Amino acid sequence: MSSTVATLVTKRKRFTGRKVSLMISGWVIGLIFLAPYIEMLITSVKSKSEILAIPTTYAPQHWTWSNYITIWKQLPLAQYLRTSIVVSLSATVLVLLIAVPAAYYVGRNKFRGRTAFLFLVLVTQMFSPTSLIIGIFREVIRFHLVDTWLALILIYAAFNLAFSIWILSSFFASIPIEIEEAAWIDGASRIQALRRVILPVALPGLITAFIFTFISAWNEFVIALTIESSPVHQPITVGLESLIGQYQVQWQYLFAGSLIAIVPVVILFALIEKWLVSGLTAGSVK
Amino acid sequence: MDWPSHCGDCFAGSLPRIHNDQDLVYEYRRDRNLAWFHRTFELPHTFSQSNLVPVLERTLIWTVSVVFFTVIISLPVAQVLHAKFPGRRLVRYALIVPWAASVVMTSTSWLWILNGYYGVLNRILLSLGLIKDQVQFLGNPTQSFAWLILVAVFVSVPFTTYVILAGLTTVGEDIMEASTVDGASGWQRYKHITFPLLRPALLISMVINLINVFNSFPIIWVMTTGGPGYSTDTTTTLAYKITFRSADIGQSASMATINFAIILVFIALFLKVSRWKEND
Repeated sequence: MSSTVATLVTKRKRFTGRKVSLMISGWVIGLIFLAPYIEMLITSVKSKSEILAIPTTYAPQHWTWSNYITIWKQLPLAQYLRTSIVVSLSATVLVLLIAVPAAYYVGRNKFRGRTAFLFLVLVTQMFSPTSLIIGIFREVIRFHLVDTWLALILIYAAFNLAFSIWILSSFFASIPIEIEEAAWIDGASRIQALRRVILPVALPGLITAFIFTFISAWNEFVIALTIESSPVHQPITVGLESLIGQYQVQWQYLFAGSLIAIVPVVILFALIEKWLVSGLTAGSVK
Repeated sequence: MDWPSHCGDCFAGSLPRIHNDQDLVYEYRRDRNLAWFHRTFELPHTFSQSNLVPVLERTLIWTVSVVFFTVIISLPVAQVLHAKFPGRRLVRYALIVPWAASVVMTSTSWLWILNGYYGVLNRILLSLGLIKDQVQFLGNPTQSFAWLILVAVFVSVPFTTYVILAGLTTVGEDIMEASTVDGASGWQRYKHITFPLLRPALLISMVINLINVFNSFPIIWVMTTGGPGYSTDTTTTLAYKITFRSADIGQSASMATINFAIILVFIALFLKVSRWKEND
């Protein structure tokens, strides 16, 4: 009897010890992954002279929050952000509009060349925009889309379709057909069943596809730099590049601007964090 | 100018813009008749010019080591984040940041941290007494390349961790409890139950990582521009250099084709080695 109590006690002790070490390692991991962004924040509120101080200061001596006001005035940040939002959102919506029917068909039907189709989809994922930049640029010229939002929207949608189709098709495949059949029996058309029954069940997959496309469009740099020449059409990633001169980098403004670009997507990402795991589950179980 | 001249190359990554370059448009119009295809045969010239063999070797080292370290680090990180502890949610949010943030911006921050004069890493190492003088972390090719790999691992771990986390949720508590009752130790359970069940998640994340790491451009471009010379180039950055420095469309198209062939071979080899099909 007493020995049972003793094991119970040690067990509990071990348990809390484990919990503490878990907590510490967890927090250390979190800090490591935040470190470059913390340094970004610190640098963004340093004054110009302090940035060039040797030895480097850990924390700013004067918290120069006015850097943020200066950069907001110096660059058309609102305009850049608007472009980023419009382009990323449109590309994402376009991807979902195409990927949902494509993935639904692939997920629900066995047809000749299904494997070949999925393989082809994976292959398009292997092309890097950077290697293809010349081809893309020529295509954009041919369609007279140089320096337009539409060019970016189409290109970003094209580069992100593969992943969305892939993840959504395994999601649709994992939803039992009976659910859908029940809806048909109740008199729903195929489209209605898809919209009212299947899509809500596939929500984690949709959200995952949404966020992946949105993030990659939001952060894309090389294509936007190549195609968009006027500031009105430049997304924020490209807009900030003007802070980098040949001999001089305005680190404090560069990082202030970078944080302005990073924070919205981090918040968006954090909001859907709990969906992300289930969204990726279906994709990886496949 | 208030920036010291030794820092002229501080930000290596200022990129050339081609949209104002009428030559390219001209080149495009003149070049329509698939002349690039014929120029493919001029490739040996490109190869010797830019030391393609070392670049290929480096690309192999780059891709394999980044993917390897990413997985090795992500496995325990996912295990920690799968367990419950106070503040887990916040740590998960923290892990999302490098995933959500633009790689260009993350690399820029690392470039600044590693700066040989004003970087905070020098200050930390000096204070800890680990170094006596300031170190130029990106001073020589070998060292630079090691840092590039570290940054690439840093930006790849979050996604990989989340895919593994997703895999862990499929492992199921009951299997774990059953094996604990049967007297399996923690390590045994991990090796014989968790790890095999993670296989599909690991394979998926490794394939995606292989593609992304091979195609990765901004880290190398922002931090070293592949330089000095071609000493930290991979085939992806080399393709970009050929495109913009030589403005030879034929050569750059050839390089893009080669890149694509390489990644296809990579993936095919990987699928063969991992015996993908056995999975079904």
